[in-house]
This record gives sequence, structure tokens and C-alpha cells, in this order.
Amino acid sequence: MSQARTLAQLVRKNEQQIFEEWVAQQMAAVTLRADLMKESELREQSREFLRVFTEALQSGTMQMDSAVWKPTKDMLSHISRRRATQGFSPVETATFIFSLKQPLFGVLRKDAAQDQGLEDQVWEASILLDKLGLYTTEIYQQSRESVISRQQEELLELSTPVVRLWENILALPLIGTLDSERTQVVMENLLEKIVETEALIAIIDITGVPTVDTLVAQHLLKTVAAARLMGADCIISGIRPQIAQTIIHLGIDLSQVITKATLADALAVALQRTGSTISRTAVKV
Amino acid sequence: MDRIPILKMGRFLLVTIQVDMHDEMAMTLQEDLTSRIVTDRAQGVLIDISSLEIVDSFIGRMIGNIAGMARLLDAETVLVGMRPAVAITLVELGMSLAGVRTALNVDKGMLMLQHAQREKSA
Repeated sequence: MSQARTLAQLVRKNEQQIFEEWVAQQMAAVTLRADLMKESELREQSREFLRVFTEALQSGTMQMDSAVWKPTKDMLSHISRRRATQGFSPVETATFIFSLKQPLFGVLRKDAAQDQGLEDQVWEASILLDKLGLYTTEIYQQSRESVISRQQEELLELSTPVVRLWENILALPLIGTLDSERTQVVMENLLEKIVETEALIAIIDITGVPTVDTLVAQHLLKTVAAARLMGADCIISGIRPQIAQTIIHLGIDLSQVITKATLADALAVALQRTGSTISRTAVKV
Repeated sequence: MDRIPILKMGRFLLVTIQVDMHDEMAMTLQEDLTSRIVTDRAQGVLIDISSLEIVDSFIGRMIGNIAGMARLLDAETVLVGMRPAVAITLVELGMSLAGVRTALNVDKGMLMLQHAQREKSA
């Protein structure tokens, strides 16, 4: 694997030239995001990468999974992750590596007078850079996916609050579509809260649920059944006229559950059931 | 042989299930409970399952049966102390125990029975 060493020597010899050309390439590329990154930062990243890259080449192997390439890969992952969070696109991120090709090949061509064939060297270098480029894309993708899954979790937690409306009365304002996973979370939260507050009645408000299909209805009924097993009755409120029509057209049977049009009506029923009364007093105007 | 104790509290019977039940034990409980309802002239039965971490369809069906038998003997059954995880499992199994009354704990179950008794006598 002396080709790696030859390449390393070449890069070392022409380091300044490669570096300048590379930075110039990156600056000239249409994918440059001057709004997201300063030139000084780009220069610093490029110089640091070139140093680590040459060091890895020096070892004489081009096997990416060997230990000598670890610093290079680490640095690339760092850069990719950083750019992913900064808002770069995958193409913009991968350009960092791919724009190194031209300066590197330029140096190789100039050096072609040497005994080794130019084609072989270009081929090797090309494979190497392609691997590194793909690696950046992979890391970029990973960090993006981790952001998405984290947001999904946060959304799940944010969107299922259980509030105590009154003594023995809980309210569960649902917002967004109910899928199986969310129903599970909603159910768990509600049941835990029933144990905690010793609630007798839970009001499930579906004002914020955009559509109710058979699946959503099934999930709602499951939640109602589970709450009943814990000794709490459920009232479903916030049924919009359109949703009432859909429920009947789909043939969903909600006759076992108390349903009310608004949360206020549901609260009135709940208060009556738990033996509380509301009275109105004269207000000074 | 293991038996599940049945305690008398006024006009009500309290059954606390603390171990996993097998078929034989469940049959014994059904026999014991029905005869006790008759001899003690009980008007209500409280079944406490707060120490059960796992309830399968067998126990679920058995509780439903007991409630049905007690109703025939004019006693109300209240199932109390179900844990959240157990409730979710039962619902996923499709057992919503529609014929059985439920309460959060023994305290509330007792109140529920007393209330039902008052309504009946009124």
C-alpha cells in the first residue's frame, strides 16, 4: 500500500497549494453558505482536516475501518453534525470533501512524470475521497434523524397533559390525531393521574382532534374502558357538529359513554355527579 | 390447600386477592363466596386486586362470573384497586368487564356499596 504513502508525500509537499486551491474551490462553489459560516472558520476546518488526512495517509493504509483513520472520521463526523444543526443541506455538507478532488488531482497530474501510473493514483484517491464524502452524508443523515426522533418524543410529552379541573374531576384536552402510540401515552398518563388524585370523573375533550375515524374512536373507547376499570367515569366533550355527523355515518357506537358538546357542559355534569354545586352571586358592575 | 380469605365487614364481604390464582383456587373462591353471601346475608362484595401485578383473561373472566353469581343472590360486586398497567392490559385483551362495578380503592368501593344500599332501601 505504498500508494497511500506516495500520496501522503505529495500532499505534504504541496500542502499550501492544495489548501489554497481547496479553499478557493469551496468559496467559489454555489453551495457555499456565507450566511451560515465565516471564511475564517472554513479555513480553519479545512487546514485541520488536511493535517489529519495526511497523517492518516502517512500510515500507508487506505482501509477506512483501521484505527489510523479514526481521527479523520471523528473530525468529519464533528463537522457534519455541526453543519446539520447549523442548517446546511446534505449537498452543501458533502461539498466539503468532494471539492478536495480537483486540487488533489491537479497535484497528481503535475507529478505524473513519476514512475507510477497516473490513472491508478487518481483512481485510488478518488475512491478514498468518495468514501469520506459518503461518510459525511451518512453522519449528516444520522444527526438529522436523531433531531427528528427527539422532537417526536417531545411532541408526545407536550401534547398529552392531564389537568385537575376540580376536586375529583380531571380533564384531558386532546390535540392532534390519536394513533396507537399516543393512545398508549394518553392512557398511561390518565390512569396514573386517576390514582394520584383519586378522581371519580375524567373529561376527555376532543375539540383539538381534527378528525375522528373508526380507529380514533376505538382508541377513545379503549381509554374510557381503562379509566372505568380504575373506577373513574369518562365524559367525552368538544364534539363538533361535523364530527358528530362523521361518527354516525361511520356507525360508531358511543352510546355507552356520556358525550357533551362543550367542556362547560361536561364540567356541569361532572360537578353534579360529584355533589358539588355552583351558585351565582350578585356582581358589582 | 390455599384458600383466599373472605372477611365480613358489616353487611359486606371483602375479598383480597394477593396471589396468582390457578383454576382450582378460583373454583374454591367461587364456592366459598357464594355460600358466604347466603349464610351472612351479605348485600355487597368488594374484590380487592391492588396487589395483583398481572391479571390475565382467566382471572378477568372469573371476576365477571363472580359478579354475575353475586347479582343472582342480590349482592352488588365492586372491583377495586386495579393498577393502571393491569387496566391497560385488560382493555387491550378486549375485556372491559362491562357487568362489574369498579372503584379506585377499598375506601371508595365501600362508599359505593353503602350508597347503593341506601338507594335500594329508599
